[in-house]
Order: sequence, then structure tokens, then C-alpha cells
Amino acid sequence: MRYPAHSVRRFGNQVLQLMHDTGHALFMLLESIWFIRYVFTKRSRAETALQMFTTGIKSLAVITVVALFTGMILALQTGLELRRYGQEVYIGSAVAVSMIREMGPFMTGLIIAASVGSAIAAQIGTMVVSEEISALEVMSINPNRFLVMPRLVALVVMMPILTVYTNILGIMGGGLVGATQLGVSLQAYMDNATQFATNKDLYVGLFKAIIFGAVITTVSCHQGFMTSEGAVGVGKATRRSVIISFLIILVLGYMITRLFYV
Amino acid sequence: MIRFENITKVLGGKTVLDNISFEVNEGETFVIVGLSGAGKSVTLKHMIRLMLPDNGSIVVDGEAIDNLGRSALEAVRSKFGVLFQSAALLQWMSVHDNVALPLREHTKMAEEEIGRLVAEKLHLLNLSDAGDKFPADLSGGMQKRVGLARAIIMNPKIVLYDEPTSGLDPVTSRRIDNLIVDMRKELGITSVVVTHDLHSALSIGSRIMMLHDGQIVENAPPEEFICSKDKTVQSFLESQYITKKGKWETGLSHE
Ligand SMILES: Nc1ncnc2c1ncn2[C@@H]1O[C@H](COP(=O)(O)OP(=O)(O)OP(=O)(O)O)[C@@H](O)[C@H]1O
Ligand SMILES: [Mg+2]
Repeated sequence: MRYPAHSVRRFGNQVLQLMHDTGHALFMLLESIWFIRYVFTKRSRAETALQMFTTGIKSLAVITVVALFTGMILALQTGLELRRYGQEVYIGSAVAVSMIREMGPFMTGLIIAASVGSAIAAQIGTMVVSEEISALEVMSINPNRFLVMPRLVALVVMMPILTVYTNILGIMGGGLVGATQLGVSLQAYMDNATQFATNKDLYVGLFKAIIFGAVITTVSCHQGFMTSEGAVGVGKATRRSVIISFLIILVLGYMITRLFYV
Repeated sequence: MIRFENITKVLGGKTVLDNISFEVNEGETFVIVGLSGAGKSVTLKHMIRLMLPDNGSIVVDGEAIDNLGRSALEAVRSKFGVLFQSAALLQWMSVHDNVALPLREHTKMAEEEIGRLVAEKLHLLNLSDAGDKFPADLSGGMQKRVGLARAIIMNPKIVLYDEPTSGLDPVTSRRIDNLIVDMRKELGITSVVVTHDLHSALSIGSRIMMLHDGQIVENAPPEEFICSKDKTVQSFLESQYITKKGKWETGLSHE
């Protein structure tokens, strides 16, 4: 019976490895946060601005479509249910609250993880493979300051902005469905939405967006730095960065909602 | 200047360096040769602690580098300029910005001053027209030269070259050889050069070390190296049509 002992040991090793990697990633995050004090220096300013710009450009088209349809689906789904009780007008609050509190940051996070996070992992992974990271280290240029910090600032700033954009489009999409499919006037829809959505919903949603921005940067950069085995490794790092970001966004989104509302 | 004491390194289950010891003296041009996969790049990486040995200790400038804190390590690394085998240029920066990077990061120089120094190094490496180009638009040989310009921009005491002339035409290769010799003569720079090109090794090297199967099979000045009794060295020499009969004429003087 050597096999079970063997797999137990392997499982143990995997847990240890996971803890080691997590520690590594958290250290990277903390050090990058510490380096944020350099964000307005000449050498970091341009890079941070560029990262913000590319984050917006890379994701805007997808976010627009996804946000509109998320609102439309929410409105249709809840509207059909509410119609049975003749309460269609409540789609206003249903869409607004779930967009602002949950779906806005969640959808934005997924899209940014898939479009921007994967690109970060691929870029840093390529830099590892082509010895560029080693070159930075030899030149005593800290990769966490030089690469991670600008991306962290960019994502933590852009995530809430894009989330607000997602919310607005989602609520508009919901209103559109309400007006055309459910016979709820835009005026009634908006009145209902503003009556029930609170500032707290907005703050919790934006808080999530900021956390997700930090998660995506940390996971993507960390996966990039851990790349080995050449081009194959870059592919793996990219894929893993997206999967891990998705999982963490899902779990953290739930936990934050619980924290503030239960 | 750089001393390896009983260094062992295992990578991917293979003993790449097996208990090797050698010393690079100040002001010499130390050449490392060996077949592909012999551990030449791994040896260079140990000198700047991009890799840690599994066993043994490395001393740079009288200081063991195995257990340095970050600032002490940065101080040691600032003595080095390194040309990586893959040139390792940052892809999103122009040639000019790549070469200027160490100056921008570590000095408070004004942009004009930086521009002047960068232009000087680019000229030295025959790259005056390439300043605005991006690494992806350059040939492999040009990237190598940009990497070299970046390696020497801070005037380091020690320069490590990982295959500086591979992928370069013969004329440019000799130009790089001359540059290495000049830097040694004029500035007293210590160089460690990894190369497959024995002609270049014999011309510029004050000593040549051959690695094979994790061992040092030869470590001698050029004139002794070509007379080596070791079988691997002999076949390596023969593969590049170098025999000990005709005295090796370098065309370069290293004194
Ligand atoms: N990071 C690493 N992980 C695992 N194995 C490695 C790593 N780096 C190098 N090796 C292995 O160590 C051995 C020596 O590699 P090294 O790059 O030093 O060779 P080299 O002498 O520079 O060869 P070349 O002339 O082809 O550049 C090779 O077998 C290589 O596969
Ligand atoms: Mg090599």
C-alpha cells in the first residue's frame, strides 16, 4: 500500500507549494503598494498613464456590449417573474441594485481579467523567458516598482471607473427592455431605480471593483513572474492567470457582499 | 576579482556544475568555452546571483555574495555590466531608451547629458542610426550590440558577455573583440566572455577555461590552451581548425 501514502505526500507538497506561492504573491503586492509613493516620479508617471490608457482601450468595446446585455438579461428575467404579480415596475430597483452591488464590478472584473490580466501575464512571462527580468535585476531595477506598481495603480484606478460605466450601461439596457418588452416607462423605471438603490450599494460595488483590480494585477503579474519553459510556459501562465483571477473574483465578491449585507 | 569555491549546481535533475573552483583576476579577460549546454550561461548567472549555488561559495571583490541583503547585493551588482545571451532588451522601449535606462534609474543626470552619453556608446558600437528603432525591428546582431551598449553605459568594473559575437558578421565580431580588448587596456575593466568562437577567444583572452560535463577540463592562457593534452579540448580545437603547430597569430595585442 505505497500508493495512498505517496498521494498524501503529494497532496501535502501541493498545499505547501500553494502556500508558498500565495505568500510570494502577497509579498509582491505589499511591496508594490509600498512603491506607490513613487507613482508621480518622472520615471513611473508615463508608464502608469500608459497602463491606464491601454486598460481602457483594450476593454471598452467588450465592456459596452457585456454591460448592456447584462442589464437587459436582468430586466427580462426579473420582469417576466414580476409580471405575474403585476409588479413590473420593480425591475428598476432589481436591475439597479444588482448591477451596482454585484454584476457591475463582477462583469467588469471578469472582462478585465480576461483582456488586461492575460496580457499582463503574457508580457511579464515573455520578459522572464527572454531574460529581461534578469536584466532588470542586474541593473538593480526592482521589477515590482518598475512593472507591477504602475499596473497596480492603473487597474485599481480604472476598475471603479469602468465599473461605473458598466453600471450606467447595464441600467440603460434594463430600461430599454422595460420600455420595449414589459411596458414600463423609462420615467417609472428610473424613479423606481433611484428610490431603492442606496449609496451603500454604490460604495460596496466600488470597493469590490478596487479589490478586484488589485487581485487581477497580483495574480497576473505573479503568474507572469513564475513562468518557466519558454513559450509553452507563457501560454500556461496566461491561462492560469485568467482562471485564478476568475475564481478569486467569484469568491471574494460573495464574501464582500456577505460582509456588508448579512 | 571573482572566485568560485567548490560550486555545485543541479538544474532539472542534471548536475550542471560539479564542484568547480576557479578565479578571475582583476583586469583580465577571462574566456569560458564549452559545448552547448555545458553550463557557461549558468556560470555567468552565478556571478551576479541570478542563480544561487546548491553548494559552495562565490566571492566578488573580496566579498562573499551568498548571503547579501538587498542593498549590499545592489552594491555588488553595480560593479557589473551584463550582456545577456538573448540581449534582453525591453521590447516596448526604443534603443535609445533601453541604453538610457540605467542612467535614468540610478543617476540624476539631465536628459541632454544622458542623450550625449547614449549617443557616444551607440556610436562606439556602430549603431548611431538605430536610436529611434525598437528592438523588434533590429537584427539579432544589432540587438546584441544594443545590449552591450546598455551593459557598459554605467562604466562598470566588470563586464560579463554571454556570446557577444554570436550572430554577428565577421567584421563586426572583430570590432567587438577590439572593444573588449580596448576596455581592458584603457580602463582596466575585467571581462568574462562566454563564446563559441575560438578564434575570438584566443585573440582576446588572457585565460581560457573550458567546461565539459560539469567539470573544468582546461583553464590556461591561450598559448597553453592550444597545446592542451585534454581530449575534449583537442577535439574542440580541431573542430575549428586550430592546431598547435602553427603559432596562433592574433592580430590583437593584449598587453
Ligand atoms: N533555469 C533552468 N532550469 C532548468 N535547467 C536549466 C536552467 N538553466 C539552464 N538549465 C540547464 O543547464 C544546462 C546548462 O545551461 P547553460 O544555459 O548554462 O548552457 P550554455 O553552456 O550556456 O549553452 P549555450 O552555449 O547553448 O548557451 C542545460 O542543460 C540547461 O538545460
Ligand atoms: Mg548560454
